[in-house]
Amino acid sequence: MPRELMKGNVAMAEAAIRAGLEAYFGYPITPQSELLEHMAKRMPEEGRAFLQAESEVAAINMVYGAACTGARVMTSTSGPGISLMAEGISYIAGTEVPAVIVDVMRGGPGLGNIAPSQGDYRQVIHGAGHGDFFPIVLAPASVQEAVDLIGEAFDIAEKYRTVVFVVADGSIGQMMEPVELPEPRPLRRERPDWAVSGAAGRPHRTLTSLYLKPEVEERINLRILKRWQEAEANEVRYREYYLDDAEFVVLGFGTAGRVALSAVRAAREEGIRVGLFRPVSLRPFPYQAIRDLAQRAKAFLVVEMNGGQMLEDVQAAAQGQVPMRFYGRMGGMVPFPDEVLEEIRTLAADPPTPTENPRARWLAHMMPA
Amino acid sequence: MQTEILIAGFGGQGVLFAGQVLAYAAMDAGYEVTWFPSYGPEMRGGTANCTVIIADEEIGSPLVAHPKVLMALNAPSLDRFEPQVQPEGLIVANASLLSRPVERQDVTAITLKANHIAEELGDRRMANMVMLGALSTHLPVLTLEQIKAALRDHLPKRKHHLLEANYRALDTGAARARIVA
Amino acid sequence: MTVAAPPKTKHNLKLIYQKPESLTDSPTHYCPGCTHGVAHRLVAEVLDEMGLREKAIGIAPVGCAVLAYEYFNIDGVEAAHGRAPAMATGIKRVLPDRVVFTYQGDGDLASIGMAEILHAAGRGERITVIFINNAIYGMTGGQMAPTTLPEQVTTSSPRGRDVATQGFPIRMSEILAQMDGAAYVVRRSLHDPNNIRKAKKAIRLAFEAQVRGLGFAMVELLSTCPTNWGMTPIEAMNWVRDHMVPAFPLGDYKVAPELQKLRV
Repeated sequence: MPRELMKGNVAMAEAAIRAGLEAYFGYPITPQSELLEHMAKRMPEEGRAFLQAESEVAAINMVYGAACTGARVMTSTSGPGISLMAEGISYIAGTEVPAVIVDVMRGGPGLGNIAPSQGDYRQVIHGAGHGDFFPIVLAPASVQEAVDLIGEAFDIAEKYRTVVFVVADGSIGQMMEPVELPEPRPLRRERPDWAVSGAAGRPHRTLTSLYLKPEVEERINLRILKRWQEAEANEVRYREYYLDDAEFVVLGFGTAGRVALSAVRAAREEGIRVGLFRPVSLRPFPYQAIRDLAQRAKAFLVVEMNGGQMLEDVQAAAQGQVPMRFYGRMGGMVPFPDEVLEEIRTLAADPPTPTENPRARWLAHMMPA
Repeated sequence: MQTEILIAGFGGQGVLFAGQVLAYAAMDAGYEVTWFPSYGPEMRGGTANCTVIIADEEIGSPLVAHPKVLMALNAPSLDRFEPQVQPEGLIVANASLLSRPVERQDVTAITLKANHIAEELGDRRMANMVMLGALSTHLPVLTLEQIKAALRDHLPKRKHHLLEANYRALDTGAARARIVA
Repeated sequence: MTVAAPPKTKHNLKLIYQKPESLTDSPTHYCPGCTHGVAHRLVAEVLDEMGLREKAIGIAPVGCAVLAYEYFNIDGVEAAHGRAPAMATGIKRVLPDRVVFTYQGDGDLASIGMAEILHAAGRGERITVIFINNAIYGMTGGQMAPTTLPEQVTTSSPRGRDVATQGFPIRMSEILAQMDGAAYVVRRSLHDPNNIRKAKKAIRLAFEAQVRGLGFAMVELLSTCPTNWGMTPIEAMNWVRDHMVPAFPLGDYKVAPELQKLRV
């Protein structure tokens, strides 16, 4: 396929359509609205379902209903919408039906702003709804990667009968890059054996997240956990840059990761042996790969567009084997490569001590006393 | 090799479109490219800018603190971004809307009265293309012909009646571009 | 010559009453005197009579009918509290030739799910809604509902619903009938056999509206909750007649012209 210059939101929408999306339900919110608008234009052209719901609450429950029929279905929103969808996400997880949710993150908390942010990390990765379940979370750093991950997200959601998030931030949603779109996949005709469709010539089926007997609910919880463990074994994804001889490792996902890439390249030109580790699957998180790096690196620098939410997972992975520092911008600010470069220089010249609080230096810099 | 081009002006001056034309031209020339808009609640009349990065490898940050090239379509944009341009960089400024010359001595500066030229050509909305024409004379990564080809190949068919006028604006901008510093 | 009449065996008995095919053999968990069982049966009879059992997908609410999908012998799903109309929308949009209905109580439909029901009606979503209005929260133990009557005592209005601070009952049929997307909105009662017969006809028309693609259809059924009302079943039936019917007038609030001509 030839390359096309596409806005991230539009490219993600088109990628979903080409992955055989059968129904889209969503509610306008910046900075993801172009995704919904592209669906509004294209889904009826394809004879598929598009509906602008009255709220994110309704949108996710429409997704839930369509998912129960075994259809490929998705929604997209931004952080405030994820908050409203938390209920439905938990029901979808509890009912063990697949669905794809795109979160184009913006500055927060509260109404915040519409600038790019990674502030939903904890919300999506660790708290997408009540109860015991494990969404799979994929984080692209470019429009092409977003397109590729959207296609995979549906397959993964169906394989593990779970919710898959694709978390982009406002910059990936709004920027244009050349992309190669996949060939359109035909719509699936067969339906899974759990889907509701009308009990024609077979016993009636029920899809529910209600298990009144705790011993039954526990078994369901364990089944969900078991599937999650399979996902943990199979679905870890990350990208490595200049790590072969790296003494120092920068870790960042999504846009923060690609900003860090520019800084790493600049630092390399200055002779600093630094590399970049960019998690692509935030859940399952690449714990083992990070643990391995922790054993051979002199120091880590975690870069995010939040206050250090992934930092805590990196700390868990590193198990105290490497000192680390954090650098972040928040509230919709996107770091420039120069800022990260400065942090890398400092990291190399004056590495953190094992007991240093990773946020201490950053906070002192951001909020001088 | 990486070239960053910051295009800034009022909303409605075709700032984002000018950037897209460059991005298309870069893509067609086989480069990696990013086009990053300022986006905000202001739909019309506010300030608008976009950053286009053209490179021959995977692009890291889509935003830079210090672009190699600034194309400023109005005075506030020059005031705000002139100090940020890299030394040895390039500034192309729209003299129709400036109250002062480019002050930096360590960059190549080109000014031209893009609005006036566009009006002479019969359509003042073409000022952005006049500016792009001027930019092309000192942009090492893309030629004027490549920019024209991008317009031809990516402008929707229903707008192809505007192609000739756009070409004329690009050509005139290139011809009238004068280095002032 | 006389021929002896054949001996009377059970094989010659005429079957005059049985469970509809659209119900399972599961006994329900509903309290004595509760009208959920009646409403379930009416829906099931209509599905049987219209030959819709194999095309039907039912959406259970959060409330006493949360396990409705165990009693209906049809495909079913369980919605989050109040979200059944949104879930029904999702199902109907990908399976437009199936018959999709929600079964919701007053808390579910008129309180937490107000936005979803209004917008489903506003869109003219081709779904059927069975709305059980018994003026109280049953499953959670008798708290005030949006349809609780003024002065009615509940566990969360222990001195009686004070309209000055707790508001007035909400009449959903009257509200939803205002929606351009609604094809059929009526209120019936389940407090005596005559009204039950009328309720069944209404349920039939509400499914006819969907099958004919006319738009949103809802039957509101005034229902009992003897346990939480603190009454015997008979007292509860009488209370519906004497107190609920005056507050929630029975009648046809919107009937699409195509349905007015229909004889069912």
